[in-house]
Amino acid sequence: MTTNSVSNTAPGTVRRSLGRTRPRYGERVIQVVLLAAALVSVATTVGIVVSLVPPTVEFFSQVSWREFFGGTDWAPLFNPPGYGVWPLVTATLLITGIAILVAVPLGLASAIYLSEYATPRTRTTFKPILEILAGIPTVVYGFFALKFVTPQLQHLLPVNVDVFNALAAGIVMGIMIIPTVASLSEDAMAAVPQALRHGAYALGSTKRTVSLRVVVPAALSGIVAAIVLGLSRAVGETMIVAIAAGNQPNLTFNPLQAMQTMTGFIASAGSGDLPTASLHYKTIFAVGALLFVMTFAMNFLSIRLVRRFREVYE
Amino acid sequence: MTAPAPATTRERAMSRLRGPRLRLGEQAFHVLLLASLAIAVLFLATLLVYVVYQGWPRLDARLWTDFPSIRRPERAGAQSAIFGTLWVISLTALFCLPVGVAAAIYLEEYADPKRWYNRLIEINIQNLAAVPSIVYGILGLGVIARGLGFGPTVITAALTLSLLVLPVVIISAREAIRAVPNSVRLGSLALGATHWQTISRQVLPAAIPGIATGSILALSRAIGEAAPLLLLGAATYVAFNPEGLASAYTVLPIQIYNWISQSRAEFTTLASAAIVVLLVILLAMNSVAILLRNRFQKRW
Repeated sequence: MTTNSVSNTAPGTVRRSLGRTRPRYGERVIQVVLLAAALVSVATTVGIVVSLVPPTVEFFSQVSWREFFGGTDWAPLFNPPGYGVWPLVTATLLITGIAILVAVPLGLASAIYLSEYATPRTRTTFKPILEILAGIPTVVYGFFALKFVTPQLQHLLPVNVDVFNALAAGIVMGIMIIPTVASLSEDAMAAVPQALRHGAYALGSTKRTVSLRVVVPAALSGIVAAIVLGLSRAVGETMIVAIAAGNQPNLTFNPLQAMQTMTGFIASAGSGDLPTASLHYKTIFAVGALLFVMTFAMNFLSIRLVRRFREVYE
Repeated sequence: MTAPAPATTRERAMSRLRGPRLRLGEQAFHVLLLASLAIAVLFLATLLVYVVYQGWPRLDARLWTDFPSIRRPERAGAQSAIFGTLWVISLTALFCLPVGVAAAIYLEEYADPKRWYNRLIEINIQNLAAVPSIVYGILGLGVIARGLGFGPTVITAALTLSLLVLPVVIISAREAIRAVPNSVRLGSLALGATHWQTISRQVLPAAIPGIATGSILALSRAIGEAAPLLLLGAATYVAFNPEGLASAYTVLPIQIYNWISQSRAEFTTLASAAIVVLLVILLAMNSVAILLRNRFQKRW
């Protein structure tokens, strides 16, 4: 839709075009205002980068890269302080891994059911329920992980489970991201052309074969995108881990122990009133920058994958 | 489950085609899928029952008539958090809805998707929608609270949450605008209306139910957010309601977080009761959104 095709009617010409004779400045102003609104989102990204980069640069002028990325001791408040980020990263990855182990099978199965098996009526009942799952505040999930899931685990597992542990946080986080995985995967499966299904049925395939051997492979890039987005959600989730996983940096792969994730550190360090100039204050931004880079890369990959599967069948 | 004595050859052939063994695998798979979905639903049901059960003793008027108190949990309420939530959410709506809808109009009605900058805006919005909320907290802390000097106030929280939910508002408003058929626009333009007249008098009114639905869902997300506000100074104990934009504040999720961190059992009960209040607000908003969608959804 073109907007501003002001016709070139030179003054004095006898034949006037049917187009507008005078430019409508108001229309132009409105367009500029609307563009400015759209640019707020770009400004947000710029703002994120601007708020992260200078304190991070200052942080690395005081702490070496080698210590930050190579060290295994995270104790920014201790004396002597330790700035090895590994304990935070491994805790983040461990909890994310548990969450994905829960969310991918359950989310994918729900998506297959909703897309291939459910009648329209069951679909309209179950989809809002899944949406509710996505709309529950994460502080509530954290509470549930700490007060309900952890006691159940302590009761069920024969080994010692800490009051704060990665397992409960990971399981609950996995349930939280089921809707993310399910809804995007279902979109991808719905985009698979009906002809592929009909072809498979014509060859004598059963519904299960059609779902698993035709629809899922055909929608694979969309499904992978959903999983990657779920991963990014899990990496960036804060409240569940801050409440249920504990606040002690702990380099371990034992999910029954307390540990601190990157987001957990930012939340606990940032909730105090730190002096701007302190190294501890800058630590928040350094960890935040690492978190942003990680999730940005995953989101970007997910967007690319979604784009690819959309283009295949259109 | 084989039919007793198939009468015709055709039926016999059919029953051989769907042999009983095959059907068993099929049914097991079907059950497996349903079970996966059921786990999610059961989890949700358990969570709801658990918080109502836990919070039941404190689900009374004290919750909204009294202020938080650390020393006397039996007399503590969440009034300042409820008022703080109202303040922050109203301001968030005030900031992010106009901007979000305007951006959506630009992207749907004006932007040429082939231009690189429009594609950049689009990818940028998609990416922002998935940026962790705590990163917005860092943005609010670095740029709004400290950079602009707004400090730990209601307005800082509202601005930060606006930026946080802006991508969601834009994406849902775009979908609503896209759903208005092109014939409406062409008809209006053919009658001599200008581009903006067409948008403001034809497209937008038709898209409003969709925009409202998306906006309510976005705002309900903002109500439940706690992570960015932890960085923005909402974590402190507040025993008064906000009085203006520059007031200190707390909100329900942060109040809940505070109570969870207390070790005494009374605070767990209080936290559960406050969670019930929060969930009731959110469910009410969600049902309004669903109602709007069902009632005003037009079939063009």
